[in-house]
Amino acid sequence: MADHAHDHAHDEHHDHEHHTENFWTKYVFSMDHKMIGKQFLITGMFMGLIGVFMSMLFRLQLAWPGESFPILETFLGKWAPGGVMDPNMYLALVTIHGTIMVFFVLTAGLSGTFSNLLIPLQIGARDMASGFLNMLSYWFFAASSVVMVVSLFVETGPASGGWTVYPPLSALPQAMPGSGAGMTLWLVSMTLFIAGSLLGSLNYIVTVINLRTKGMSMTRLPLTIWAFFVTAILGVLSFPVLLSAALLLMMDRMLGTSFYLSDIMVAGELLGNQGGSPVLYEHLFWFLGHPEVYIILLPALGITSEVIATNSRKPIFGYRAMIGSILAIAFLSFIVWGHHMFVTGMNPFLGSVFTFTTLLIAIPSAVKAFNYITTLWKGNIQFTPAMLFSIALVSTFVAGGLTGIILGDSALDINVHDTYFVVAHFHIVMGLSAIFGMFAGVYHWFPKMYGRMMNKSMGYLHFWLTFVSAYGVFFPMHFTGLAGLPRRYYSNAEFPIFDELQDINVIITMFAIAGGIAQVIFFFNFFYSMWRGPKAPQNPWKSNTLEWTTPVEHIHGNWPGALPEVHRWAYDYSKPGHDEDFVVQTTPLKDGEHAH
Amino acid sequence: MILIVLVLAVLTALQLIRIFELSSKARKRAEYEVTDKDNNNQGWLMLLFGIGLMVAFFWMLATWSKVMLPKSASEHGNDIDSLFNISMYVIMAMFMVVQPILFYFAWKYRGASDRKATYYEHNNRLEFIWTIVPALILAVLIIYGMTTWSKTMNPKNEQEPMVIEVYAQQFKWTARYAGADNKLGFANVRLIKDANVLGVDTLDVLAADDKVATEIHLPVGRPVLFKFRSQDVIHSAYMPHFRAQMNCVPGMTTQFQFTPTVTTAEMRQDAEVVGKVKRINDIRTAKGEEAYAYDYILLCNKICGSAHYNMQMNIVVETEAEYQKWLAEQKTIAELL
Repeated sequence: MADHAHDHAHDEHHDHEHHTENFWTKYVFSMDHKMIGKQFLITGMFMGLIGVFMSMLFRLQLAWPGESFPILETFLGKWAPGGVMDPNMYLALVTIHGTIMVFFVLTAGLSGTFSNLLIPLQIGARDMASGFLNMLSYWFFAASSVVMVVSLFVETGPASGGWTVYPPLSALPQAMPGSGAGMTLWLVSMTLFIAGSLLGSLNYIVTVINLRTKGMSMTRLPLTIWAFFVTAILGVLSFPVLLSAALLLMMDRMLGTSFYLSDIMVAGELLGNQGGSPVLYEHLFWFLGHPEVYIILLPALGITSEVIATNSRKPIFGYRAMIGSILAIAFLSFIVWGHHMFVTGMNPFLGSVFTFTTLLIAIPSAVKAFNYITTLWKGNIQFTPAMLFSIALVSTFVAGGLTGIILGDSALDINVHDTYFVVAHFHIVMGLSAIFGMFAGVYHWFPKMYGRMMNKSMGYLHFWLTFVSAYGVFFPMHFTGLAGLPRRYYSNAEFPIFDELQDINVIITMFAIAGGIAQVIFFFNFFYSMWRGPKAPQNPWKSNTLEWTTPVEHIHGNWPGALPEVHRWAYDYSKPGHDEDFVVQTTPLKDGEHAH
Repeated sequence: MILIVLVLAVLTALQLIRIFELSSKARKRAEYEVTDKDNNNQGWLMLLFGIGLMVAFFWMLATWSKVMLPKSASEHGNDIDSLFNISMYVIMAMFMVVQPILFYFAWKYRGASDRKATYYEHNNRLEFIWTIVPALILAVLIIYGMTTWSKTMNPKNEQEPMVIEVYAQQFKWTARYAGADNKLGFANVRLIKDANVLGVDTLDVLAADDKVATEIHLPVGRPVLFKFRSQDVIHSAYMPHFRAQMNCVPGMTTQFQFTPTVTTAEMRQDAEVVGKVKRINDIRTAKGEEAYAYDYILLCNKICGSAHYNMQMNIVVETEAEYQKWLAEQKTIAELL
């Protein structure tokens, strides 16, 4: 596929080539980026279903600790005898919920779906640089998903040391049941996941650099592409570090090495390990872990930039500042990991350094938020479901980002570290923002993916139930956190001081269940519209970007004739001197017309 | 039963979609097209949500502020609380400015077919302003934060701090007092044997006067240097009332120092705490549980296994005389082994 350059011979080659595709090459081992994007989406949605369902189960336990719910026994079997959840299962559920949501839904499901779908379409390329690597990237992800799901069914239970799986807890099967076979499978799954993620990221980077069509300079790229591009760079630089952390952990578990272990007596047994340090693992983990937050968030912000501009019928405000802030956030994200480790026993001087770098991130983030809001100003806002989710994203990005100013401050982190204040913070700023970005992307590009339209009214209903429940779940957690309630507690009934938090926990659980059930509307709408939705027009949102110049029916190579040539940036909405309120990127500049 | 409900729900949804589609067909417009009416409705809902968010925010502040931790019981804790309050005012102010503007704009500029958006792509002066202003505010917070942090982590000691070891294992805490010499004897997991649960080196002359306790007692006003060790996995020694926390890491010793300023007895008299205890006891009486008096606690705040949620120890802050009396009752390592 290396010959996918934009030469004329190649364009003609596509005109004459007739692919005979069977079921396997079209839907399963597809090398077409559009199909691979859809594969990522469906797999991500399936994993998301599991992750969200798990959160509803453990929220039941948190609201009514020790009470019997027959539904728990139905789903958890021996892990909920008599309908009362076992503490080990509680920890397993929060661990797998975190792992699935962070990696499988918001990394692969979000970035995998939209990078694949949009990079070639929006830069004017026939396909990814390497269709084969792209297919491989999906199948590594699929394999890792299968292993992760299988790990839920092992005898000793799935991994349960928290999604960060700190050793020694995760290294020693004697320390908890979940550190047995479940943990081994977790590590195998993550290794496969990282391999897939690296293949995908390399492909995205190469494609964006090499395969942009004529006229598509870097400063004419839609911000979605900028976001996917920088995200891929973050992934390539940080995921290998997690891979090394995981491999060393595997060696500690299986080969008797002592990278992370020293002076341990567990379950009455003295271990021979000496000289290792769990803090080393924490450094390696968070060297990925923090960029990972932006690997999740940047694609969502990119999607939002596109959706907000299109539906405000205005150019995105401060295009260059937006690119600058993406780059600044990406750079800073590599030098802030220590803010997860203020109280690990790391040298206090480092605490000062990481406080400084961490709080700096607030500056480019503020620039982004203000630019979004200014884009709305004097717009002509079209409230598609995608637009609603994008505005919600700006709201949660601001609400959650602000509490980061508390948590990034080492002195304040001492007292809120690992409490529900943290849970509130990262769910709002990263979880909700990213999932809203993902919903926005699905609603916006569904016509491009399936050639049909999603139902708008159901989209509205889904949005409002989700948005209200989301704040209802996570906002109250700030208060339980400031009451000192630690996260990952099976029950807070052992501490009289937390007794008065129980009402709040019940409210949170109610919203969680409502929000979870609301997703049924989305799933229904999605699959119904896929087969029965009204046929999509070519450019349903009157958008400027190149993907809407391709035919509705997917064809291999994307454009039937020559590749489009680009003459302007992606944001000429409501530009004076044009009849329509949008000007597609392929439209040449008029005489005397200024570029943006 | 559940199945019937699901089937009915799906059927209802299908019917609803038919109605949507038929009615939009009747209006000769596709269902997915956003009409002026939609924009108007959704714009108003946005405004309503923005107002609702603010109302809910103030309601939560008014109703739930009381569940937060009471005043700090340590010296550095007061500094942390001041920094916390100032940071909180800053971010709440930002929250109350930015969120309303966002939802107001969403409502104000809701689309209509006779509207035209203003082409406005950038303004360097605006970008400059909202880069510099946050930068200045953050500069203040960063400097304030770093000062508080280094004061907390490197306290100036006018008197030598009292040394206490806090020892963590699945799922309990043990304390070891350094004794008359204020020096802890050497210890290592390899030396754990029978009653010597902390693995103290009995040949170390510094160890003989060390005292082992199942509760932490602290004299008020004296700096305490905690040394943390763990036997098995990472734990975190979280003492929320003192705004103190440090991980306990197997294979290394970590530390944290603070000076308690309020005795347990005084804290129980504090108006805020009295109210809190009354509310808690009302809940406990209703559930038929025993009454609760306020105590400082040490709890585990790093996931450590199945009983992580119940790994706790009491901390008592008392007068010097009370403390000396209690300490005298504790047995030394030499007496224990």
